[in-house]
Amino acid sequence: MNNLVILPLLIPLLAGIILVIFRQNILLQRWLSMVAILSTGGVASYLLQMVSDYGIQTLAIGGWEAPFGIIFVLDMFAGLLILTTSIVSLGCILYAFNSIGSEREQFYFYPFMLFLITGVNGSFLTGDIFNLFVCFEVMLISSYVLISLGGTKVQLRQSIKYIVINIMSSTMFLLGIAYLYAITGTLNLAHLSVRIAEVGQEGMLTTVAILFLTVFSLKAALFLYFWLPGSYGAPPTAIGAIFGALLTKVGVYALFRMFTLIFYHQPEITHMLLGMMAAITMILGGLGAICHWDIRKIIAYNVIIAVGFIVSGLAVFTATAVTGGIYYLIHDMIGKALLFLLGGTIIGITGTGKLKEMSGLIRNHPLLGWMFFITVLALAGIPPLSGFIGKVLVIKGTMEMEFYWLTVVGLLSSLMVLYSVMKIFINVFWGETYLSKDKEKGTTYGLLFPCVLLTTVSIALGLGVEGITCYIEQAANGLMNPDIYIKAVLKSI
Amino acid sequence: MKPNDVILQTVTKVVTFIILTFAVYLFLAGHHEPGGGFIGGLVITSGLTLLYLAFDIESVRQGVPVDFKIVAAVGVFIAVATGMGSLLFDSPFLSQTYGYYNLPIFGETELATAVLFDLGVALAVVGTGVTIILSISGDA
Repeated sequence: MNNLVILPLLIPLLAGIILVIFRQNILLQRWLSMVAILSTGGVASYLLQMVSDYGIQTLAIGGWEAPFGIIFVLDMFAGLLILTTSIVSLGCILYAFNSIGSEREQFYFYPFMLFLITGVNGSFLTGDIFNLFVCFEVMLISSYVLISLGGTKVQLRQSIKYIVINIMSSTMFLLGIAYLYAITGTLNLAHLSVRIAEVGQEGMLTTVAILFLTVFSLKAALFLYFWLPGSYGAPPTAIGAIFGALLTKVGVYALFRMFTLIFYHQPEITHMLLGMMAAITMILGGLGAICHWDIRKIIAYNVIIAVGFIVSGLAVFTATAVTGGIYYLIHDMIGKALLFLLGGTIIGITGTGKLKEMSGLIRNHPLLGWMFFITVLALAGIPPLSGFIGKVLVIKGTMEMEFYWLTVVGLLSSLMVLYSVMKIFINVFWGETYLSKDKEKGTTYGLLFPCVLLTTVSIALGLGVEGITCYIEQAANGLMNPDIYIKAVLKSI
Repeated sequence: MKPNDVILQTVTKVVTFIILTFAVYLFLAGHHEPGGGFIGGLVITSGLTLLYLAFDIESVRQGVPVDFKIVAAVGVFIAVATGMGSLLFDSPFLSQTYGYYNLPIFGETELATAVLFDLGVALAVVGTGVTIILSISGDA
């Protein structure tokens, strides 16, 4: 028992509740949400060190031991993701201070950000599939509010689409849980894993696995991404950034969890399917990113490409590839938040998202320009920066398992990422400066600080790879050997 | 012409009383019989809705001068706080306990901390339900 495990969920939840009560006090809203996220990050890093020293930390809620009660499990994978979530959400909240506007701030913006983080952290922590569903809903309902908050026309139009898709996929999630419960009679993830290993993953269970694959693909924008490009461009930048960095990644996390812990007996069907979907996602996402001339669309398609790439690491299903997938997942959460924030700042300055209507921003905004350049290189995976090591390991994994088609698509996707984001850089920052300082639509006042923060983290992640290698390898080791997880949860079995 | 709804209003005055009593009964019955915080909260909401239907929003607001958004938040806070109480006693989050006490009027009674959690649920349900009804019912 370790009550600290619940804190990454509890701190944002409590802060959110308090902020609902004190709606008018904007200063309190800002400070408390910042303190809440900082302390969540602090607890997360403390817990990470504990996991690294003493193994997986668990907490049986209410003292009811698994498999009968709900159990919260903090393994290395979840811990790393929670820490990354805290960093990313700190960046987004700081960005929101100067950009979101007081009408939105007065209508529960910060509480819903915090509830979103509650849901995300809960999804990472939980060891129970129904509780995973509940945490998904906490996250999604907050995101429904955030996507429509402010009520502009485009937001309302996109939020209907977003809500309908997510309600559909949540219903399918619930159906999948019902089938799984009917077959195995348990809801605890570790116990499910044991039961399925006992009966073997027959046709019926593989079908259920594919149902879950569909559900989480909808959530993670893996192949079934048609709802994403519109939805993520609609809300204000700070909200779009936290969506792009966290929401799809929770789906990716669920895919990793389900297909390494529970449905790992028939990789020739499930993981092959994952691989094919990942390849198609990368190709179609890449085409989308290349063909568009609107910043919002290009960034949204980049989210899709990255999801494909991370999942291809899972699809190969070797220790190397999964390690690469985790590296890339962490890099990508930070990188995508950064890309959204920088893109939003550019749109704020020029007042338009269309690339052809802007040029020469580097003269007045050198810091913004060079940060964007570094982000571009990091996303494409240029060696000293953070995207590199993950890409190398995933590519190495695909070659080892002789998935050469996945290697080719993976490398090609890097090229498409580089082209599409470099297109933004060249069109926006190079060329003749015809937008003088006083003609700009908005300022960058206070907006660059969170970007600098995230860029620093991103660079540090690239240069300091050695420092986090031991954690990531432990996480990958935990994913590749479900026995470790099961032993930590079900102590008696 | 203003419609004369004296019958509706008179009946409401009696019926609301019965509904709210029934709500409290359902709320307290939850541990051993069907009932509990959610259904208790919904029945309270239905009683309040009846008041809103029979009278106008302003007069009900004068009678029940609370902001239901804050009621919902306080409800969730109570539910979380009962969970956090167990942190003080070094037991897992959301642990419950109960005991038997001799109360003045009721005699020997079982008191459980789960009721406090249910109270939070009930307040959250009331707050949410009434907030939804009030926000879609008019321009306010």
